[in-house]
Amino acid sequence: MTALLEVTSAQKAFGGVRAVDDCSLTVEEGSITALIGPNGSGKTTLFNLITGYLKADGGQFRFRGQDVTGSDPGHLYRRGLTRTFQQARVFPHMSVTENLVVAGGYRWRDLVLPRVSGHDRHRAAELLEEFRMTHVADLLASELSYGQRKLLEFAAVLMSKPRLVLLDEPTAGVNPIMIDTMERHVRERNSAGVTFLVVEHDMQFVMRLCDPVVVLNNGKEIYAGSPADVQQNPLVLDAYLGT
Amino acid sequence: MRAIVRGGVFVVVFMTLPLFGFEHWVLNLLIFTLMYAAMSSAWNLVGGFAGYPSLGHAAFFGLGAYFIGLWFQHHDVTTGYEPFLILPLAGLVAAAVGAPIAYVAMRTRADVFAIVTITLLFVAQTLAFNLDGVTGGAQGLAMPTPPFELARFEWPFYYAMLWILLTSMLITYLSMRSKVGMSLDAVRADEDKALGVGVHVTGVKVLSFSVSVALVAMAGGVWAYYESFIYPQFAIDPIITIGMVLMTFLGGRGTLWGPVIGAFILVPGQQYLAYRLGGSQFYLIAYAGVFLLIMLLMPRGILPTIADRMRRRRAVAASSGPDATDGASPPSAGGGGGGAGVPVPSGGAA
Repeated sequence: MTALLEVTSAQKAFGGVRAVDDCSLTVEEGSITALIGPNGSGKTTLFNLITGYLKADGGQFRFRGQDVTGSDPGHLYRRGLTRTFQQARVFPHMSVTENLVVAGGYRWRDLVLPRVSGHDRHRAAELLEEFRMTHVADLLASELSYGQRKLLEFAAVLMSKPRLVLLDEPTAGVNPIMIDTMERHVRERNSAGVTFLVVEHDMQFVMRLCDPVVVLNNGKEIYAGSPADVQQNPLVLDAYLGT
Repeated sequence: MRAIVRGGVFVVVFMTLPLFGFEHWVLNLLIFTLMYAAMSSAWNLVGGFAGYPSLGHAAFFGLGAYFIGLWFQHHDVTTGYEPFLILPLAGLVAAAVGAPIAYVAMRTRADVFAIVTITLLFVAQTLAFNLDGVTGGAQGLAMPTPPFELARFEWPFYYAMLWILLTSMLITYLSMRSKVGMSLDAVRADEDKALGVGVHVTGVKVLSFSVSVALVAMAGGVWAYYESFIYPQFAIDPIITIGMVLMTFLGGRGTLWGPVIGAFILVPGQQYLAYRLGGSQFYLIAYAGVFLLIMLLMPRGILPTIADRMRRRRAVAASSGPDATDGASPPSAGGGGGGAGVPVPSGGAA
């Protein structure tokens, strides 16, 4: 296994708060890596640093062997690093199909192409079929339920054939059946070669799906290992339960 | 197809309109209506589609006006048509000035952007007043009277404004149908998310602003030549910006025909009220009254409100029909609860 994403000594402070403090992390190609930690441990900040939404104060980010420190989210997206948001951000006034098509990662010269070309429609239809959402293809995204929006956001980032997908709390606020659906899609995509980095609070979901599990506390990686080890590790228990 | 027919009828009607031998005041009114329709349509590209409410567009109107005015400082009038031929150049200059301004100003969002651009307007106006050597300052800048025969004096200006309007609408139409329009929709809805899915956010924003101000500058150029005199307070006037914004809001932001409809209601309406209520400023109060009334009844503008009602009626008709599909069913109400409805039946089928 080779490292797809390597974060070395990432730093980010907000005023006096060191949200991410000398944090290093590696995501192996082909893995489903979990990123867990108590609230305020820096998971979301680290996500924002990796995806270019925040500029790090220090440290290095390497993706697919290349230094991508300081790249903007669009650049990273076109290189194959994509994310979803905690709040299921979709474009409410666009149709479900358009929500997929807009995420196609187009080059400049593609902008003159039709809004939804036959090729786009075909690719979107394939994904919708995979996500069993064909029947809502022409609805506006605002007409979907929250759970469906989460699925749509996930499906949309797959339009660009990503290498690494960062999922920010994929199961937050959705019902148990949707959690199973989400888990199945992550597994299917993972076996098709997509690597995942998942922030998640649902420990059962993490323990079923992810390996390895990386634990953050106070902006640092305190432990990385298999799910079984993590549950036994005194450092981790201490971080979650306090002393 | 229907869009093309609608557009074709519009073009034919307005191409032939001057042939009916209207009085000068009617043609004058039409010229100003077309001018505001063109500028609202152009403003809509950035204010409507990209969701960046620029209040600085009048600065570019003034830029176009002074471009034509200054051109006459070095050229004599011969056939009278030269200023129309160099109009695209005025547009290019405005686009070239607008692009770096957009690049900087569009790093701010919504309300801050509106303040930044209105500052631009006042900076441009102050410059026009004070650069005496170039603009003539408060004295104004005179141009030769266009040597057109009196009976058809308005025709060239009419057709020039019509050309700018049609160009603006064509650009709007083509961008709506291409990935440019989809990118702008994404920027307007959620810019950070759009950035994260690889939309060329900065690129399409700057592009839409540049094209928009280029069109407005060309309208300013025609206006200056028509008036044949430029005063800074009229060439760079907040009222011009406000006109564009109000007309676009009235007709419907982010639609092809909305700004045009808005202009065709508000410009003649304003003139009519000014005529009825005399030279006092009362007509402006009546004008505001009309605007407030429509906004009260249709807060999103005329066209989106109508489109929404039609969509709802169609959805009702489809769901009550015999072969209603689940695709047409009304949106599910609950967050988590509604989500369960989808995967369960299809999951069972798999």
